[in-house]
Amino acid sequence: MVAATSTEVAFPLLSMLIVVPVVGALLIAVLSNRRPEYSKLVALLASVGTGALSVWAFVNFDSHSSGFQFTSQHPWIESWGISWHLGIDGISLFLVLLTGVLFPLAIAGIDPHNDDPRRDKPYFAWLLLLEAGVMGSFLSLDLFLFFVFFEIVLVPMYFLIGGWGYEGREYAATKFFLYTMAGSAFMLVSILATVFIARDNGVGKVTFDLIELAEGANFAASTGRWLFFGFAIAFAVKVPIFPLHTWLPDAHTQAPTAGSVVLAGVMLKLGTYGLLRFGLYLFPEASYWSRSLWLTLAVIGIIYGAIAATMQKDLKRLVAYSSVAHLGFIVLGTFAFTSQAVTGSVMQMVNHGVSTGALFLMVGMIYERRHTREISQLKGLQHVAPVFAAAFTVVMLSSIGVPGLNGFVGEYLILIGAFLTARWWVVIAATGVILAALYLLWAYQRVFHGEPDEENSTFAELKIKEGLVLLPFIGVIIFTGVYPKPMLERIEPAVEALIVHVEGRTDFVEPQPAAPVVDTESESHGEEG
Amino acid sequence: MFAQELFVGPSVDWFALSPHLVLVGGALLLMVVGSLTPPWPRGLTALSTVMFTAIAAVLSVFIWKDVGSDGPSSIVGGVIAVDRLAVFLTFAILAATALVVLMSDGELRGTDNDGPEIYSLLLVAATGAIVMVGANELIVMFLGLETLSLALYVLAASDRRRSASQESGMKYFILGGLASAFFLYGIALLYGGTRTTSLGEMVTRLQGEVNIGGNDALVLAGIALMLIGFAFKVSAVPFHVWSPDVYQGAPSNITAFMASVGKVAAFGAMLRVLVAALPFYRDDWRPIIWVLAVLSLVVGSLLAVVQTDVKRMLAFSSVSHAGFILVGIEATGWSAGENGMFSSVQSVAVYLGLYSVLVVGSFAVVTVVGRGGDTSLDGFNGLSTRRPTLALALTVFLLAQAGVPFTSGFVAKWGVIQSAVDEGSYWLAVIAMLAAVIAAFLYLRIMVSMWLRPAAESAESVAVPGLSGLAIAVAAIFTLVIGVYPQWVLSMAEGIAAFP
Repeated sequence: MVAATSTEVAFPLLSMLIVVPVVGALLIAVLSNRRPEYSKLVALLASVGTGALSVWAFVNFDSHSSGFQFTSQHPWIESWGISWHLGIDGISLFLVLLTGVLFPLAIAGIDPHNDDPRRDKPYFAWLLLLEAGVMGSFLSLDLFLFFVFFEIVLVPMYFLIGGWGYEGREYAATKFFLYTMAGSAFMLVSILATVFIARDNGVGKVTFDLIELAEGANFAASTGRWLFFGFAIAFAVKVPIFPLHTWLPDAHTQAPTAGSVVLAGVMLKLGTYGLLRFGLYLFPEASYWSRSLWLTLAVIGIIYGAIAATMQKDLKRLVAYSSVAHLGFIVLGTFAFTSQAVTGSVMQMVNHGVSTGALFLMVGMIYERRHTREISQLKGLQHVAPVFAAAFTVVMLSSIGVPGLNGFVGEYLILIGAFLTARWWVVIAATGVILAALYLLWAYQRVFHGEPDEENSTFAELKIKEGLVLLPFIGVIIFTGVYPKPMLERIEPAVEALIVHVEGRTDFVEPQPAAPVVDTESESHGEEG
Repeated sequence: MFAQELFVGPSVDWFALSPHLVLVGGALLLMVVGSLTPPWPRGLTALSTVMFTAIAAVLSVFIWKDVGSDGPSSIVGGVIAVDRLAVFLTFAILAATALVVLMSDGELRGTDNDGPEIYSLLLVAATGAIVMVGANELIVMFLGLETLSLALYVLAASDRRRSASQESGMKYFILGGLASAFFLYGIALLYGGTRTTSLGEMVTRLQGEVNIGGNDALVLAGIALMLIGFAFKVSAVPFHVWSPDVYQGAPSNITAFMASVGKVAAFGAMLRVLVAALPFYRDDWRPIIWVLAVLSLVVGSLLAVVQTDVKRMLAFSSVSHAGFILVGIEATGWSAGENGMFSSVQSVAVYLGLYSVLVVGSFAVVTVVGRGGDTSLDGFNGLSTRRPTLALALTVFLLAQAGVPFTSGFVAKWGVIQSAVDEGSYWLAVIAMLAAVIAAFLYLRIMVSMWLRPAAESAESVAVPGLSGLAIAVAAIFTLVIGVYPQWVLSMAEGIAAFP
């Protein structure tokens, strides 16, 4: 039942999004060791249940409201002013939805390749715990709660990479854990400092509540900048922003396919989402003040990621470096401060999750068939597996940002929006789009074109099960590319409110483009043209 | 006759002393009855020892309630404080002792130490620890310290089969004696400077200030010497060099006891002396604590990473934990002597309580795995396939020590960092968190060998004695429950900073 105001629901929807996977994981843990086949079933049920709840949230989301919806708040650690405060707005809605949909696909579609079927049990339990952690991070409206979830996702991911990854997994898992934890170390101190300094500067009490802090706190400019940088380091590692990105290629390459899909799909978004939610929203002055730094790092990331991707010999590493480039675009849009660019960033977070997730999925399928990811070992797959090649083409084109597919909408919005406030950065960043075409098409050419040699001539065609897993990805890629309105109209109110929030606290004034603000309709014209 | 008129013994509130009495009585009872009766059935000695700690804990609950209704007080002529801090830390000591006793059963069975002696000594040591955390008078504090230490020297050397254990006891004895001497000299100088050894008296004299005949130089020298003694006992860098050797050489269950009860007692006493007796010298001792904290954090974590023996790793990691606790004590220095919030005292007490359970749990697993005496990291290879539940429990403890959310270790760390940040020690907080990252690498190394490395062909199967299993399970569940719902421990710790 939907109550009179759509933000109030009769059951704790958002808490369920976190609790259901946890319950699933606990159930798996107590399952009998002799029936490992049930663990996948339980994992599937739990993740499908979570996915259904996230879809329900999407359907009932009030697209005209910019505030937080479905909020639920309960005291948790009263002595410290910490509460279990969850909420969802246009910025987090699609990330939650993406998380909800990606996990069942990863669980259903990718087998963990265990030599011992009993190892399925921990694998699925970790995946579900990971889902709960990611969901929690996107839903938290309390700094403590956010930190707790942000940090806890390390543990399942560490075990997934370490336990089910490829040859260099020990190193990659440890590096991933330590890098991210080092970033969070600064964030933890910053969170506490924010809370105590805000207590004496406008808030008047010890609270970790994001909204109270963001609306009430009145930091001196220099204080706010220090605090912001504490947060920003943690997010910069997570995104990752150049030069803190070195953990990413290792983690991506060594992670099992499901791990890579989830890592690229949703976990990197914790960083970009954090920059929006805890950077721009909580510290508007400091974010605006430091924008040149972030724009520059973003552009370096775009160009560097693209060049590095071009040079890779390993297909999975290539996709990993392409993530560095794509996330550069998202950071660029975030720190451009116009509603178009920020909307594009939020959209691109989802698009990148879908298309890079699908790319990792398909690279995983190639590895399964050929037991290698070396580009030089693969040749002429198009001849033996045309459907597979076609699916790969669609996903790849979406990643490049070809009009008509989802990647274009996001990148276009980012570039056009950022052009007003960060012209020269955009000029350089736009070359990144060309480079993306270069490295992906060149890789495609080497892997799929030509005459297959002996080893590649037995490459199996796309199986029905694999096709069923890929279908939702391709569906989203095409649907969003052709008709982005349902996404944009939900993202925009929240983003506009955020920009107004920034304008109210800095001397930033959003420049108005000569033409009327691009609305969703002219947007879809833009692509067809 | 003359003497009779002058000396009137102080009235004794026997009930407030009852936990001490139960433990000492229990120790004596075990010794006497144990030597008069034929060997007891398996586990009975351990269980009866646990029973004594449980009785002491129940009595402490009543004392806790009395403190709640009547406020803090001191007994036996003002030498023993009965306040929240003392009783809270008593709970921690009793819990850790009970867990150590449970795991000792499996460790001792079948050896010639299997008898009441070890258990008696553990109870005596626990009594000393409880005296230390409640001492409101420096001489009594020293008595508690010596009771604890003497028992520990013997316990460290108690494994007669291994020469490493003898060596460990000897080292601990000599260096511990030296530290006690520093401590005692510090007491003497403080007495010289203030004409009193009572903490409550001292603070009033210092408040009136030195012109009443006090001597500032003596007080400062006394503080310095006492801090050396404390730093040694809590194994803070640079006074830590004994701890890896002693921790490694001593039997694992005794190491667990030293790392938990020993730390709680020393830190409890340190906190009380610094905050209750010397708040007016905070500007003098705070920088010292700052340096000790930074050194312990950095050196402890760095040296922990390069070790190859799990007990040594945990020894160095306990040095790094000492650094964390010192971060909390440094924060008390900002507001010591002022009325108002003392959240940092709470956070230190909570850290001590949670850490002691955590560290006993970790060592309990190490004890079980390294029963043959081999505690090298390679011995943990493939533990997840040999003993998945045990590996899971150790993982919980290690993650908690690393400060991962939803474990008690996170609550503990958050508490002290919160106090440090609240008081403006930003850099100390940042250094502490970065040291925690370095230390996390160490915990990951142990986890890697448990989960990712295959077991050696020759690896012996790991048998988990029932009572050790119980201790590990209790500690692991406690670690997780507090991680999810820390509120009750935090509420308990409220008002902990009221001294008599």
